[in-house]
Amino acid sequence: MSKQRAAVLGTGQTHHKAKRTDVSMPGLIREAVDRAMADAQVDWPDIDAVVLGKAPDLFEGVMMPELFLADALGASGKPLLRVHTAGSVGGSTSLVAASLVTSGVHRRVLTVAFEKQSESNAMWALSIAPPFSMPVGAGAGGYFAPHVRAYIRRAEAPEHIGALVAVKDRRNGALNPYAHLRQPEITFESVQASQVLWDPIRYDETCPSSDGACAMVLGDEAAGDAVPGGAAWIHATAMRTEPTTFAGRDQVNPQSGKDAAAALWRDGGITDPFAEIDVAELYVPFSWFEPMWLENMGFAEEGTGWKLTESGTTELGGRLPINPSGGVMCTNPIGASGMLRCAEAAKQVMGRAGDYQVDGARKAVGHAYGGGSQYFAMWLVGADKP
Amino acid sequence: MTSVAVVGFTQAPNVRETQGTTNGVEMLVPTLAEAFQQTGLSPSDIGFWCSGSSDYLAGRAFTFISAIDAIGAFPPINESHVEMDAAWALYEAWVKILTGEVDTALVYGFGKSSAGTLRRVLSLQLDPYVVAPLWPDSISIAGIQARMGMESGRWSEQAMAEVAARSLTDAAANPSAQRREAVTAAELLDRPVVADPLRAHDIAPITDGASVVILARTERAREIVERPAVITGFEHRVDSPSLGGRDLTRSESTRAAGRAAGGDGVELAELHAPFSHQELILAGELGLADGVRINPSGGALAANALFSGGLTRIGEAAMRIIDGTAGKVLAHATSGPALQQNLVAVMEGE
Repeated sequence: MSKQRAAVLGTGQTHHKAKRTDVSMPGLIREAVDRAMADAQVDWPDIDAVVLGKAPDLFEGVMMPELFLADALGASGKPLLRVHTAGSVGGSTSLVAASLVTSGVHRRVLTVAFEKQSESNAMWALSIAPPFSMPVGAGAGGYFAPHVRAYIRRAEAPEHIGALVAVKDRRNGALNPYAHLRQPEITFESVQASQVLWDPIRYDETCPSSDGACAMVLGDEAAGDAVPGGAAWIHATAMRTEPTTFAGRDQVNPQSGKDAAAALWRDGGITDPFAEIDVAELYVPFSWFEPMWLENMGFAEEGTGWKLTESGTTELGGRLPINPSGGVMCTNPIGASGMLRCAEAAKQVMGRAGDYQVDGARKAVGHAYGGGSQYFAMWLVGADKP
Repeated sequence: MTSVAVVGFTQAPNVRETQGTTNGVEMLVPTLAEAFQQTGLSPSDIGFWCSGSSDYLAGRAFTFISAIDAIGAFPPINESHVEMDAAWALYEAWVKILTGEVDTALVYGFGKSSAGTLRRVLSLQLDPYVVAPLWPDSISIAGIQARMGMESGRWSEQAMAEVAARSLTDAAANPSAQRREAVTAAELLDRPVVADPLRAHDIAPITDGASVVILARTERAREIVERPAVITGFEHRVDSPSLGGRDLTRSESTRAAGRAAGGDGVELAELHAPFSHQELILAGELGLADGVRINPSGGALAANALFSGGLTRIGEAAMRIIDGTAGKVLAHATSGPALQQNLVAVMEGE
């Protein structure tokens, strides 16, 4: 059968901070939900179903929090799904919500993702030692730093590329009124002077821990047609998973990411991603992951992603702006970070990205990854119908 | 219009405590192998995978990531996970097939309830600001619900015991059941109250388990089994979490899901009722006629592996279509305190 068309009707997000002690969890998600529904110009009777995503429940200490959040989500009396696919969850939640529309099951779906990291300490919630699993050690940074070191060696990348990404993303974040870290004064020298946390990753090359939420309203073709100024049409979605560890696994350039990207380009009718995509919001929690994902996604040949960064191609105003919103490097409410990528991509093709709008953006990618670089979820949205 | 059918179902032995890890791999490996043997499919035939499990039950983050080691997920797979009973994973997989992106899907759920003190773990599903700090446990909340129904005259201890007696007696014929006993309601009522007004027979056992269901687009399903269980209605709803804000003797979400799913004329129903009185609530809200055979497997009172128990209800009901013993069946799954969230699937033979 032919799939139904689906579109982003509107998006919303909270102001992100290290500790949003001014709101409860229901208050936090409602801030994003209310903005998304206003942006989409819909009211509660228009919403057929709700899909919530977030990362491990241990981060807030609530088991399946969507249950106690049902009223705040406006879900009571309606279908409510809860997705959890590790750090990629914000992306996969967006994709599950999209499938509820493309399948023809629902006409309008509200999707929400959040994390209130200040309720606990995520780094230590991840640093557990379950039997028969490789321990993560000192949180995500300790896990991923060797991958970055391996990338630098394999790609023969200059050591300063990570700092270039950090400066770019933090300056971009300064243009985003919702970003957690807004650092217009940051310099290449100040990043290079910051403390090394996990060699080769410096403090200024890591994402913050944020409290925050993101929400989107997705709709069918008729709903998309009614969006003033144009909806963001979903051209393709892709999800792929591989195991955390096995002999011969490439953790630097994972097969699951390559496969997901290949499926996305195939289904979206893209033959040359670098030439055809106008802007991408990639999940870059440590600055070095920008060149790594540029290669994994097929925007650059293997070993050459850092050259796009170094040449300024990925800056706002460059040929392929990456994370004009500031990305995960500026805002990281873990479970919501992937949905923020999807929502920011949608904002770009809707022309609603404000001071960090990419001129003439017609096709944009939202990307998320999770676990040990083993869960990938991504979507391709366009200003035109697919 | 695309339609989707269940083509296979297997489950791990339902037991009080397994010796395996909390990531389910030891339970899933043989259960997946059996599902492939049953259907003649192999992992490379599966277009989409979806699972249901809980980090809190396992006491660790990312249980489901370890669980994919049971699949051997390389080359990489198209996969998703819900932090819910796997009945909702089945719903996600059903939607995925309806999009036309894939023709087949494998859904699994697993849970090792024995890893912690289950009734206390489930308290953490409650509002963390004003309810959970009081630590009302899952059995106490169900006890309040049972008491409200008894005092309002909606059901009696006798009716509850009859549900349990029928379930435990039926379970005698189910080799996967954890608890089975040919017993009468009168005998059960002679036994002591453990959480007033609940007796042991009113409360589902604590179970470690896992189950697997395979779905296929109906055209494809006919190539796999002679009589696929075609899904003709699939709906779910959630109610308010406020225990004082809804009538605990009713289940609006079950009623709405059942109506939308179109359960008229079913011959058999597998209801996910972890407490005896909850079966009475569910049967009433679903409007099941007197002749409808309820829980021939013994239901949740015979075995209740969390996060696969709802999926198992769907699998059990589907197998009654596949084996030719029924023409139209209904399956139900629940989640959350006091039947907060409910799902209904209706399946028919062709």
